[in-house]
Amino acid sequence: MPFRVAIIGAGVVGSAVARELSKYEGFEVHVLEKEADVGWGASKANTGILHAGYDDDPSKFPMRARLCRAGNELWRGLADELEVPVRWCGSLVLAFDENERRVLAELLSRGRSNGVPGLRVVGTDLVQKLESNASKEAVEALWAPTSGIISPYEATVALIENATENGAKLHLETLARRIVVKDRRVVGVETDRGFLEADAVVNASGIFGDLLSGTAGISGFRIRPRRGEYFVFDRDAEPKVGMTLFPAPRPETKGVVVTQTADGNLLVGPNAKDLGEKERESTETTKGGLEEVWREASRLVVGLPPRSAAIRTFAGLRPEPDRGDFIIEAYEDPSGLVNCVGTRSPGLTSAPAIAMEVAKLLAKGGFRFAIKGKWKSRRKAMTRFRDLPSSERDGLISKDPSYGRIVCTCETVTEAEIKEAIRRGARTLDSIKFRTRAGMGRCQGSFCLAKMMVLLSRETGTRIEDVSVKGKGSNVVLGRVRDGT
Amino acid sequence: MAERKERVTCIVCPVGCKIEVSVKDGEVLSVEGNACVRGVEYAKEECTSPKRVLTTLVSVRGGVLPVTSVKTTKPIPKELVSRAQWEISKVTLEAPVPIGKLVLGNLLGTGVDVVATRSVEARKAVGHR
Amino acid sequence: MRRSSAKPSLWVLAVREREADVIVVGGGPAGLAAASSCKEAGLEVLLVEREGSLGGILPQCIHTGFGILETKEDYTGPEFAEMLEKRARDLGVEILLDSYVSRLSQVGGCGASIEVLSPRGVETMRASTLIFSTGCRERNAFEIGITGDRPAGVMTAGTAQALMDLYGLLPGREVVVVGSGDVGLIMSRRFALEGAKVKAVVEITRYPGGLTRNVVQCLEDFGIPMLLSHAVLEVRGRKRVESVVVSEVDEKQGPVPGTESEIECDTLVVAAGLVPEAGLLEKAGAKIDPLTGGPFVNEFLETSLRGVFACGNVLVVNDLVDHAVEQGRLCAMSAKSLIEGTMRRPSAWKRAVPGENVRFVVPHLFSGDRDTVFYSRVRSPMRDCSLSFNEIDKEVRIRAAMPAEMVRVRIEGSLLSGVGEALTFEVRGWPKGKRG
Repeated sequence: MPFRVAIIGAGVVGSAVARELSKYEGFEVHVLEKEADVGWGASKANTGILHAGYDDDPSKFPMRARLCRAGNELWRGLADELEVPVRWCGSLVLAFDENERRVLAELLSRGRSNGVPGLRVVGTDLVQKLESNASKEAVEALWAPTSGIISPYEATVALIENATENGAKLHLETLARRIVVKDRRVVGVETDRGFLEADAVVNASGIFGDLLSGTAGISGFRIRPRRGEYFVFDRDAEPKVGMTLFPAPRPETKGVVVTQTADGNLLVGPNAKDLGEKERESTETTKGGLEEVWREASRLVVGLPPRSAAIRTFAGLRPEPDRGDFIIEAYEDPSGLVNCVGTRSPGLTSAPAIAMEVAKLLAKGGFRFAIKGKWKSRRKAMTRFRDLPSSERDGLISKDPSYGRIVCTCETVTEAEIKEAIRRGARTLDSIKFRTRAGMGRCQGSFCLAKMMVLLSRETGTRIEDVSVKGKGSNVVLGRVRDGT
Repeated sequence: MAERKERVTCIVCPVGCKIEVSVKDGEVLSVEGNACVRGVEYAKEECTSPKRVLTTLVSVRGGVLPVTSVKTTKPIPKELVSRAQWEISKVTLEAPVPIGKLVLGNLLGTGVDVVATRSVEARKAVGHR
Repeated sequence: MRRSSAKPSLWVLAVREREADVIVVGGGPAGLAAASSCKEAGLEVLLVEREGSLGGILPQCIHTGFGILETKEDYTGPEFAEMLEKRARDLGVEILLDSYVSRLSQVGGCGASIEVLSPRGVETMRASTLIFSTGCRERNAFEIGITGDRPAGVMTAGTAQALMDLYGLLPGREVVVVGSGDVGLIMSRRFALEGAKVKAVVEITRYPGGLTRNVVQCLEDFGIPMLLSHAVLEVRGRKRVESVVVSEVDEKQGPVPGTESEIECDTLVVAAGLVPEAGLLEKAGAKIDPLTGGPFVNEFLETSLRGVFACGNVLVVNDLVDHAVEQGRLCAMSAKSLIEGTMRRPSAWKRAVPGENVRFVVPHLFSGDRDTVFYSRVRSPMRDCSLSFNEIDKEVRIRAAMPAEMVRVRIEGSLLSGVGEALTFEVRGWPKGKRG
């Protein structure tokens, strides 16, 4: 009998755990996700920074300090294996006065004790050389050459695709209600689609982590949502920054960042607003919040594009644990539960290291790990037509003419790519969007929405009026105006 | 029947005069507030027998699109617009639909026809796709 | 189609190439008109259209109001589009559908080269003249600063129109519309006719953005309320729109605190203006006018790239299709004269500049050698006024000027030739008692 693990939550952490466990013989991995696709919580609305590892004080947050540093290293190989676009662009923390210079010195020594390579404090001249759009007011900066940028949703998709190719089972639109314990052992998860028996449960439910842990009787911590708002600009918007620019951090946040996404968009955010216990889905943007982000970002760079040039604003919730550090632990009572929560920043960076940590905790339960003979470490990325040279584009079109039909004209996404995303499991418009970028450009889908609906309905055999933006209850239209077919 | 006053916004030109029309027994007694003579005619008709061209959709079976657009060939009395919409919405055409195709003759006895304003080609028979 | 005769070993470079006298990019009304006129003038023309069908946005504009100036008849959008298409096809214009221009660059100081992606493959096309007629896009909810949730049910008016009038789908049952331009008004009527309830049309300025005819026939006929000097601030609803928050706005269009109210609805239709799709031109180095969002052009509608012309909504957002068609024809005539070597550029261009209560003027440059048609819009509505110029003795009386209606004026070459460096367009009150 295989050892069955149920992972609750297909964010980047849950997906990394699924990918890790799917390597080994003897596991049957199930991932439960309440949304219609993976990575739609904190993982999606995320800056995408792979932090170098100088932020966290190892005496206060040992997990964060250790796993961030380890994760940054692991992503180098992983991004390559999973073909996830990543830019190792480096970052600068800008100091504007004496106080902030002291903060940089502190970060530098912290980074050194965390083993962050290449870290150094640089003066204005080098700052300008490294990033000509950085504010001229900055007196000094901490340069972290190992900092990177990844597409967080693509990373999550890649992890889960690789996991499922290696046998993991993904259950979308399946809400975990309760972790069921019997005789001090975890026996499974009660979901809105029935009971899933399991020998172990990995609770990677992000913002809901304390609530689900509580259902298994473990309630020594609390998770609270901390909201961050962002502006994203068109890929053509100027000026762009090549490196990630940070302000000097404050205790609760690394501050509003100006960076360029892995796809080449200027991205500005997030602020940090602590929300109440019940506001675990309050991902709305606010006028005040966006103004704050704008003010802060304007300090870091010379001449942001006009605010009205932002093609989208969004907000995400970070799962903030009251203890401060990540909560990655297993228990004697109940045995079989692994909490993997409170994965605030640097959760994305740490995810691969967290996954290995979870495997270790399961190993302590006596499980023996042997890598599957037919384990596939590599995952093939979606075709990215827009990044190909003309000759390769021509070659693709001659094999499949639907590469010659551009559906999203802002981002040059082809019909073939949309069909590929659907073949790989996309069932909603947002799923297609996050896999292909269709609808992420300056028109935000106003030209291609209808065409994508037609494709989704045709390729999956569903009625066009049932096509949704993001799963149940989010249909694009509310019916037909006539009964024709 | 008592005299009634109606206010009409003139649409003949961008000025958009607010015209007041006094009507008794379907007869226009006076027109006030118009800046030019064209407004008088418009206001009179708008108070006694307002008319509209109706443009809407009709179902198409087996077409590359599931609907075609249609119009009334002439304006119809405004009070008939919602009934006309209902009548037209009951029609289903078979593709191909050529532009100008007669969809309904003598709509609700008005003597006005409804014609297709968009061609819809037949869907090629390639199975489900 | 000509295949290049590259050696087999270089097959990867053997991207197919085409040449023509004129390439027209975009098969909407302006592009169709331009292509037909080119063909009539005896030019070899290629019309490149990214969609699988022609007509641009017209096939989904099922209402009337198209072609009145051109034909003296009042057509619906799809009818007018089919007329334009039929003319182009009857003339034998070569039309490439599903053909997306991925790159545009100027070559040899005149004309352009484009890279085209289509199911045929990747092609390079060159022409000594290029007419750019790619239309415009709609501003979205984020661009107008709406905050809150990001649920299904927020869409631009054009998307709602395509869903309803091309695909026969009902985008919403309880609808709030942002923007009272003609697009917003016409979609309000479409929703109302199809049985949806339009709860309000929200307009940020103090006056309706669309034609009076549309205010009367699209809103008043259906009892749809219009909230002037109001803005939608926020969208609420996680999965699908549940409500929107509106408030009054002050003179600077900022929300007035304390006036917020919530309107329950399932759909927010954004009809908040159009932006020319001039990205390819801009990347190729054409100068863009920040006032129109389109390219700077001279009286030949030639952009700052020699031999590259622009017409239709990419040049300037038109309210009448007739003006787009007129611009298309002018581009064709210009292309012809450039190709035939009869185009006479002045040694120095004179500038047309917006003055009092004028938002923009197109074309931006003129020679004074010929009659020239100028398009402009007023900033704010004005009754009993005139378009006038300090530099020349001309005055055009306007009963009512509205930002929604393009002010089109033809000025005689004899007058323009007397202009020094610049001609200033101003809309001012008509003096009381003056005859006009």
